[in-house]
Amino acid sequence: MSKELNSKVPTGQLKDLWTAHKDHIGLVNPANRRNIDIIVVGTGLAGGSASASLAEMGYNVKAFCFQDSPRRAHSIAAQGGINAAKNYQNDGDSVYRLFYDTEKGGDYRSREENTYRLAEVSANIIDQCVAQGVPFAREYGGLLDNRSFGGVQVSRTFYAKGQTGQQLLLGAYSAMNRQIAKGKITMYNRHEMLELVVVDGKARGIIARNLVTGKLERHSAHAVVLGTGGYGNVFFLSTNAMGSNASAAWRAHKKGAYFANPCYTQIHPTCIPRSGDYQSKLTLMSESLRNDGRIWVPKNMEDAVAIREGRLKPTDIKPEDRDYYLERRYPAFGNLVPRDVASRAAKERCDAGYGVNKTGEAVYLDFSSAIMRYGKEQANLHHEYDASDDRIRELGEKIVEAKYGNLFQMYEKIVDQNPYKTPMMIYPAVHYTMGGLWVDYNLMTTIDGCYCIGEANFSDHGANRLGASALMQGLADGYFVLPYTIGDYLQHEIRTGKISTETPEFDEAEKNVKERLEFFINNKGTKSVDHFHRLLGKIMWDNVGMARNEAGLKEAIVEIKRIREEFYKDVFVPGEMNEMNPELEKATRVADFMELAELFAVDALHRTESCGGHFREESQTEEGEALRDDKNFAYVAAWEWTGNPGEAVLHKEKLEFKGIELKQRSYK
Amino acid sequence: MKLTLKVWRQKNSDDKGKIETYNVDNISEHMSFLEMMDVLNEQLIAEGKEPVAFDHDCREGICGMCSMFINGEPHGPGKGITTCQLHMRSFNDGDTIYIEPFRSRGFPVIKDLIVDRSAFDRIQQAGGYISINTSGNTIDANATPIPKDDADKAFDAATCIGCGACVATCKNSSAMLFISAKVSQLALLPQGKVEAKERVLAMVEQMDKEGFGNCSNTGACEVECPKGISLENIARLNREFLDASITSDK
Ligand SMILES: Cc1cc2nc3c(=O)[nH]c(=O)nc-3n(C[C@H](O)[C@H](O)[C@H](O)COP(=O)(O)OP(=O)(O)OC[C@H]3O[C@@H](n4cnc5c(N)ncnc54)[C@H](O)[C@@H]3O)c2cc1C
Ligand code: SF4
Ligand code: FES
Repeated sequence: MSKELNSKVPTGQLKDLWTAHKDHIGLVNPANRRNIDIIVVGTGLAGGSASASLAEMGYNVKAFCFQDSPRRAHSIAAQGGINAAKNYQNDGDSVYRLFYDTEKGGDYRSREENTYRLAEVSANIIDQCVAQGVPFAREYGGLLDNRSFGGVQVSRTFYAKGQTGQQLLLGAYSAMNRQIAKGKITMYNRHEMLELVVVDGKARGIIARNLVTGKLERHSAHAVVLGTGGYGNVFFLSTNAMGSNASAAWRAHKKGAYFANPCYTQIHPTCIPRSGDYQSKLTLMSESLRNDGRIWVPKNMEDAVAIREGRLKPTDIKPEDRDYYLERRYPAFGNLVPRDVASRAAKERCDAGYGVNKTGEAVYLDFSSAIMRYGKEQANLHHEYDASDDRIRELGEKIVEAKYGNLFQMYEKIVDQNPYKTPMMIYPAVHYTMGGLWVDYNLMTTIDGCYCIGEANFSDHGANRLGASALMQGLADGYFVLPYTIGDYLQHEIRTGKISTETPEFDEAEKNVKERLEFFINNKGTKSVDHFHRLLGKIMWDNVGMARNEAGLKEAIVEIKRIREEFYKDVFVPGEMNEMNPELEKATRVADFMELAELFAVDALHRTESCGGHFREESQTEEGEALRDDKNFAYVAAWEWTGNPGEAVLHKEKLEFKGIELKQRSYK
Repeated sequence: MKLTLKVWRQKNSDDKGKIETYNVDNISEHMSFLEMMDVLNEQLIAEGKEPVAFDHDCREGICGMCSMFINGEPHGPGKGITTCQLHMRSFNDGDTIYIEPFRSRGFPVIKDLIVDRSAFDRIQQAGGYISINTSGNTIDANATPIPKDDADKAFDAATCIGCGACVATCKNSSAMLFISAKVSQLALLPQGKVEAKERVLAMVEQMDKEGFGNCSNTGACEVECPKGISLENIARLNREFLDASITSDK
């Protein structure tokens, strides 16, 4: 049964919407909250903060994660920082400016009311986290320090060295721990949600597999919240953690939740290039490095070839023979252009033959100018006015080390080269998915009582996310938005009573999961799950990656179907169902990726414009920049499952802009 | 390179478990240790056998999920790294490598190289937090300046990834370094001082309950800690604990 999209955006002035909405939204009184159960799947920044807040309000929370502890959710790996419109640096920042940057950065493809709300609650996040004991970086005066991130001209990013995600997640984890100790959160570690249970059109529970015993479990609740992260691993290689998957969202999709903008993927410009076929994942080098690193390739083809063949070193290339292509093409933003722009520019240079490693897929990120600049500053501060170059370099390296020490260390461990002495090599990699389950202003999907928060939903970043905004969104959703908006739905549930798991709907859901698992165990094919995942990843990267065109997308759709068929015919999953079985876990995740991939390509094919991270070669300006088509595509594409990913039905949520004027993005 | 792997295999927590020997070939020095394990597992699957179960997720040294006792050291040779950050260039062609799970009373084996570290969660639940509601109605973040030095020290302590290498390497299976990291982080910040006494007492009590041993100051934990959590934190924990034991009314 098809459902019309209703974004439930309140009417009124953009800047007053959220306050007014909070004032008028339905509430559940504290005594009744005790009788209401909420399942939260995911303990990343979104799920963790939501679990803690909902439990604190008095609801009974059951939280799930597939890792052995909530503290290990993928959010832990975020490096660079979190944005907030605090204007501590007095550089003209404001809620409006953060909203504006996010909307523009997303190439005008997000719902402006959501984005505005995000900007509005951002400042509170920092207050909250500091109160929780999150040790953000500070200046000598004891106040919080900021840095700037790509795509903006103010310094509004708060950070904890290169471990911002870790510190924020540990903050949310500690808030969870407090509620776990009180018995308000029941934590299910090493559990994986494999199905959503819908009763009379309402989300009423999940089927989860205990990953230690292999047993299937039924869990019921009055509402189900999915904070299960992004689906970047559909590309096999990405910066996501190995276990990151789309299954929870995909299962909800197949039960009626529309999937929005699946093709909006962020390819991050600064990752460590791949080194061989055995590569299992890619490692991000935080974007914050672009504050001080300058990106270049050789100007002359002979030099590029000589470098690839090992006859020249990067430090042999004279400054005038280097092409600082971002500074050349985008003088206003230089190395700090948004991610999509920086990634495509790197690809353009490498495709033209200027790549600097053996595979030809790498550019330099060079800190020598910054080291000398900081060194000079330090020498002056120490009154060493005639310091030698070596001394200046030494002083400068110290500053760079203080800022990025752990990132440099990480790079050296992987690549075995010292980035203080020779430039880093970087190349774009899949990093984040802006698409996700469609949600209304209250963060509810098209299934009543099924909410979606964090990277798993589609809501705030349009076609491209700005750096340091995912952490902001995850915590905004979990700490400040969902705890209010969920009341609007739950106010009608106070008389429902406990939800039974002994119903035909739970029977049916469990039976389906069991059959799926049995299929894999009994299939006895000849190839591993990873074999098929790699095949899928390759076609996605080649045809549905940084640049897309009609022919390539059509080919991808055919190929994905073929790989999927082969997967079901020939996959081999060793071991049993009723035991710990990591291969079986992978199999169900990859099976869902195989379907999602097709919808992803279908979405990319239908959107013939370029916008943000979605670059259609057919739609570009003369200078090769992304060209939007606002007349035909200023909408959110929300896909409805009808039994087959290729036959999903498209619903459009028209995007209207009152707070901002649509312009072709320019960072020149 | 060619390697001989001696790997601990244990079907489940009831199984006794034993070392099995495997040979792998064509291992590149640029591979990470876990990528080498992937190669082994692909090989086992191709032979129709069960792959070796091991914990891992981020593969970049931050989630704390990977473990493994490699040639007698948690996270293998090399300082300041986790198993996922260990690269095969640390080994030589023809080497024999022993791969076992982290061992401690507090960390029972679940399967092969996977252990149960939930005791760490329970210790954190005992008091590893600041009791503040998540309403957002707190004071402005810059209302309380914190000396940079304290903030930096708190940060250094807070970088613990909860991997358990400190416990695995300790002859007493002590979890003191892990606990001291949290206690120090919060004790160094004005926001955390309020509950400092209750916190340290509760966390240490839980540690004892979980069966972790006492600290006899051998310092092995600091050496093996992938995040360089310093023994200074244990000293601070001891001071906090002593102070709290004397003055607390509990
Ligand atoms: C390397 C890296 C660096 C980054 N740096 C930054 C940065 O500096 N700033 C920024 O703003 N953003 C950054 N990001 C993006 C940001 O980290 C993520 O978008 C964000 O953390 C996602 O949070 P989340 O809570 O939505 O999901 P996640 O943190 O991915 O959490 C997902 C949770 O869901 C659980 N889960 C998933 N599926 C299931 C299932 N089926 N059953 C049970 N549980 C399930 C997992 O166990 C986990 O607990 C970075 C991302 C990467 C990869
Ligand atoms: S103190 Fe070090 S070794 Fe121990 S759990 Fe923390 S990071 Fe791991
Ligand atoms: S896999 Fe995350 S620390 Fe090793």
